[in-house]
Amino acid sequence: MWGKLSLEAIPYHEPIIMGAVGLMALAGLALVAYLTRARKWGWLWNEWLTSVDHKKIGLMYLLVALVMLLRGFADALMMRAQLALAAGEALGYLPPEHYDQIFTAHGVIMIFFVAMPLVIGLMNIVVPLQIGARDVAFPFLNSLSFWLFAVSALLVNVSLALGEFAATGWLAYAPLSGIEFSPGVGVDYWIWALQISGVGTLLTGVNFFVTILKMRAPGMTMMRMPVFTWTALCTNVLIIAAFPILTVTVALLSLDRYLGMHFFTNDGGGNAMMYVNLIWAWGHPEVYILILPMFGVFSEVIATFSRKRLFGYTTLVWATVVITLASFIVWLHHFFTMGAGANVNAFFGIATMLIAIPTGVKIFNWLFTMYRGRVRFTTPVLWTLGFMVTFTIGGMTGVMLALPGLNFVLHNSLFVIAHFHNVIIGGVVFGAMAGLAYWFPKATGFTLDETWGKRAFWCWLVGFYVAFVPLYVLSFHGAVRRMNHYANADWQPMMIIAALGSLIILAGIVCQVIQLVVSVRDREKNRDLSGDPWDGRTLEWATTSPPPFYNFAHTPVIAERDAFWDAKRRGESPLPEARDYQPIHMPRNTGAGVIISLFAFGLGFALVWHIWWLAGLSALGAFVAFLVRAFATDIDYYVGAEEVARIEAGRPAHPTASSSSLHEQPQEAF
Amino acid sequence: MSRTATTYGGASHGSVRAYTWGLLLSLGLTLIPFGLVMTGALAGPAMVAVIAATAGLQILVQLVCFMHLDRDSEGGWTLLSLAFTVLILAIVVVGSLWIMHHLHHNVMPG
Repeated sequence: MWGKLSLEAIPYHEPIIMGAVGLMALAGLALVAYLTRARKWGWLWNEWLTSVDHKKIGLMYLLVALVMLLRGFADALMMRAQLALAAGEALGYLPPEHYDQIFTAHGVIMIFFVAMPLVIGLMNIVVPLQIGARDVAFPFLNSLSFWLFAVSALLVNVSLALGEFAATGWLAYAPLSGIEFSPGVGVDYWIWALQISGVGTLLTGVNFFVTILKMRAPGMTMMRMPVFTWTALCTNVLIIAAFPILTVTVALLSLDRYLGMHFFTNDGGGNAMMYVNLIWAWGHPEVYILILPMFGVFSEVIATFSRKRLFGYTTLVWATVVITLASFIVWLHHFFTMGAGANVNAFFGIATMLIAIPTGVKIFNWLFTMYRGRVRFTTPVLWTLGFMVTFTIGGMTGVMLALPGLNFVLHNSLFVIAHFHNVIIGGVVFGAMAGLAYWFPKATGFTLDETWGKRAFWCWLVGFYVAFVPLYVLSFHGAVRRMNHYANADWQPMMIIAALGSLIILAGIVCQVIQLVVSVRDREKNRDLSGDPWDGRTLEWATTSPPPFYNFAHTPVIAERDAFWDAKRRGESPLPEARDYQPIHMPRNTGAGVIISLFAFGLGFALVWHIWWLAGLSALGAFVAFLVRAFATDIDYYVGAEEVARIEAGRPAHPTASSSSLHEQPQEAF
Repeated sequence: MSRTATTYGGASHGSVRAYTWGLLLSLGLTLIPFGLVMTGALAGPAMVAVIAATAGLQILVQLVCFMHLDRDSEGGWTLLSLAFTVLILAIVVVGSLWIMHHLHHNVMPG
């Protein structure tokens, strides 16, 4: 009846796990109690859960990402604490089988459930506004994408309370992840969390690709698109091209595990090296999926706060396009040591070094944008400067790893760990934080507290170096990754320093939580009435903060690259004047995304535990829910012209009129 | 400002001429390998090469004649997407074969 699931699956003999589960359960109960007491369930369902508004979906992505960041960071703290203790005779407090699950969960959560939703959340909030669209091309699919992602995050967390998580490393290399060496349910949780969220990511890729190509405001040619939109376009191209490889690879692994096939086993004609090859054919484009939009964020931030046009827009766009293509010809550098030989290694080593060139071009783009600009040192700029230094160092250690000869020494050592944290924290995390601080007022209507934001930045920056420079040093002494104990007690001081570094980062995260609380508390004081708090350059700043649900009462018309900036300088608005409102065509909210995704969760859970009847029922439920939605006809409506006029009149002020004194009155007044 | 940048789009809807040519070419490209196999006129690697070539050609014929792929469809984006997809497929397939061949040669016993 319940497959492999029984009460034995609850790890109640593990105090650490049960404590974490207890805390999560308490937090969940508190939330439910609050929602019930405040009678907010209806509001939550109608305004948020069923919303197809790209701005709300974007905020929900960011919220889940930040919650999962706490979970993933807790894993990091546990690992650093273990390694600070477990030297020589001491064994630390985490047994190997638990430690292995923690580093796997840390990697999976940080990449799939923190970095990806930060990227997709920012794209959701910003891209339609930057191109002057009312929503994305397929609003329902957008909601479905989010919910498929959200239930996958839930599935990963359920693995904590029921059963176990994979103990294989974040990419679950075969044959270790095969049924012979991982007979438990851990790898199955990994498989179904990735497959369900992968479908959501692929849908997002298609959705935003179409949105950017087909829904740009009149006059916005490709070479007039804001840089963030360009990088988002390239990221979505990468998603569309790369994620199917992941889906197929993981599907083949599931066939091995569930139906006894032999794609990646050591017997029956399988080849585990093919798994490594395929997973990195997805995995390398994946890191560019994460970093490209952040390059876009830094470009927007640095141009806005230097009050200058971005230096070398065209080179930056072409550098992005070149990286998009080149990201598909470097994947072997993740397994130089597997033994493909000198010719193959030389090709991929050189290709990897070449990809550093367009990235270097971008660094100069940003430097020259700042040159002779009036740089305002706000929180987003600090994150950007921190990125430029940290990411450059990470890039250089990357070029070291790209040398096949050196790679044979450094492979599987802590050098690799230090390198990719150098680029992922220094690039993706700093970029996401810059983007959050920059667009937060647009999404919510009030700015984030600068003081706490700067404190958070300095803690993150200093903490990063204190935590990861020791790992570079230790790697030269032979310390390898994924070990939970080391015999050489000489390494311990460096391990303790690294643990202290992680505590400094923790202080940064605490600062960010305080920043959020303080900002919400003082929201009336920090309200962004102008819609343009930073003297911005691109279209999203031309509407109010937060924008009305239809974004723009009139579709803007674009004649230049920095549309809003140029309009402000000319004393005009890119938005046609507030007259003659037309009815606006908008999509209706729908619960279909939530319902289909809940069935998908049931399907994933049932497949993990081999509960076949539940799997069948869930698949059927998801299919029927999809059919009902596919045949629904009442999916859109028109906001009447009077309604638009009423909303526009009720808003605080006309954005351009209040943000720029150049423009006080409509033309007819003169 | 011209609106063509964002609102131009759509593919042509084909013509009787295109469909007829597509049908005839597809039939021909199917009958050639079929005939060669049935008559046994060719064998071995040459046979495989002919089958692969006619199959590839037929994909092109169907894309152009039935799927209306041309330089103007969706403002050129359809062709560009296809070219990109083919390129990525080629990179991943050829690259994997190349890598796996060397791996097999270097690390598999026997």
